[in-house]
Amino acid sequence: MIPVLDVRGLAFAYPDGHQALHGVDLHVHAGERVALLGPNGAGKTTLVLHLNGILSGETGHGEGSVAVSGLPVTKRNLLEIRRRVGIVFQDPDDQLFMGSVRADVAFGPANLGIKGAALERRVMEALDRVGMADFADRPPHHLSFGQRRRVAVATVLAMEPEILVLDEPSSNLDPASRRELADILRGLDVTLLMVTHDLPYALQLCPRSVVLSGGRVVADGTTYDVLTDDALMRAHRLELPWGFDPRVIGIDSLPG
Amino acid sequence: MGAGHGHRLHYHAHSPVHRAPAHLKILLLLGFVLTVVATPRQWYPAFAVHLALLLGVIALARVPLRYLLPRMVVEVPFLIFAALMPFVAEGPRVAVPLGGWEVWLSESGLLAAWGLVVKGTLGVLASLTLAATTEPTDVLHGLQRLRMPDLLVQIMGFMIRYLDVVTGDLGRMVTAMRSRGVDPRSPRHWPALARTLGALFVRSYERGERVHLAMLSRGYDGRLPGDAR
Repeated sequence: MIPVLDVRGLAFAYPDGHQALHGVDLHVHAGERVALLGPNGAGKTTLVLHLNGILSGETGHGEGSVAVSGLPVTKRNLLEIRRRVGIVFQDPDDQLFMGSVRADVAFGPANLGIKGAALERRVMEALDRVGMADFADRPPHHLSFGQRRRVAVATVLAMEPEILVLDEPSSNLDPASRRELADILRGLDVTLLMVTHDLPYALQLCPRSVVLSGGRVVADGTTYDVLTDDALMRAHRLELPWGFDPRVIGIDSLPG
Repeated sequence: MGAGHGHRLHYHAHSPVHRAPAHLKILLLLGFVLTVVATPRQWYPAFAVHLALLLGVIALARVPLRYLLPRMVVEVPFLIFAALMPFVAEGPRVAVPLGGWEVWLSESGLLAAWGLVVKGTLGVLASLTLAATTEPTDVLHGLQRLRMPDLLVQIMGFMIRYLDVVTGDLGRMVTAMRSRGVDPRSPRHWPALARTLGALFVRSYERGERVHLAMLSRGYDGRLPGDAR
């Protein structure tokens, strides 16, 4: 089976010489929900920006390859790659730049050439999936932070991506918004890659975790195994929040 | 946090002026301003006609003057410049009684100052009337219909979208400075304030780059898709 995401031997150095990735291999298969963990500066964002070709060997010094459902990430395939890989950035104010929620969600599919009634249907479906259909005509800056994050997810869903990539989805959310977002993400029928420092959130949502450290993949296994491997956690500056112990959580309540 | 609701220039009301198509209003504003600027400054009655016309439109729009007048402070730097002109301009001088004193002012300077004040004020008041009766997004649609280059319309659209975000940023930075004992009004702290503005510029610039990344990620190719507006 062709993996949705096939990253092979990816290395990348920024033009200033900083080597961010040293040969990363990563495969994600259809329907998987994977957490990408790692300390600050591990190269997580650099890796994410390679997935849709914002960064590539062509823009800096790099080698290796990225393919999405068998289609290699190259300049020629860029539009199709960006349809297949939907990235939700950390700050919704960066992602929502149009005058209304509806226009913002329509931005991506309209760039793909979808028009008229089909566009309207896509927009409302995407908003419906994140529970924001009632807010279609509001300007994004009038929404709460949690609502803006959900609209940001909808902007990407409207492109019907094969893989949804989320950068720190739980940051700055209050506990209720955090849970609502988790419910929404669990209910989506898409492959998911989630970059996060929020380890309980990773455990709650993603059966599998990949640890990136110093530009290399240092662990790839079930989230439960990764979080309970004390030596690994210590070696890569990963820490569970105070009072949180995955071992006392019932195995049945974990996503599988 | 801190994002103001609605735009501070728009006055919500229902009137024929509010309902008129935006591109028509923009054209009328442009025509009006050009006429005012082209009117020779000695034609004093003509300016009274201009003003009456403008006040008529404002009354029709049901925008209270109390709402428009405080917003005319943007004009103050020009007024200061105009007030200086009679003192610095060349030419024959006339005596003007000023609180018991007689001040000798340049005649051509006085005339130039009058021209600047009356034309500037009419222009600003007319522009404010457009802003008060038309939502910013409608102004953009209007400009688009008038075949304004797409790139300029896009830039203005982003300006409107991010105005609140950037003022919010600035507000938080100033609050953080106040919390550490800085008084933005005191000239002693202006250097710190200037550095804050520098930081704000860098932040906004970086946000611009992130927004551009987010746009590229959704297939942006240099023009906003017509259907997404």
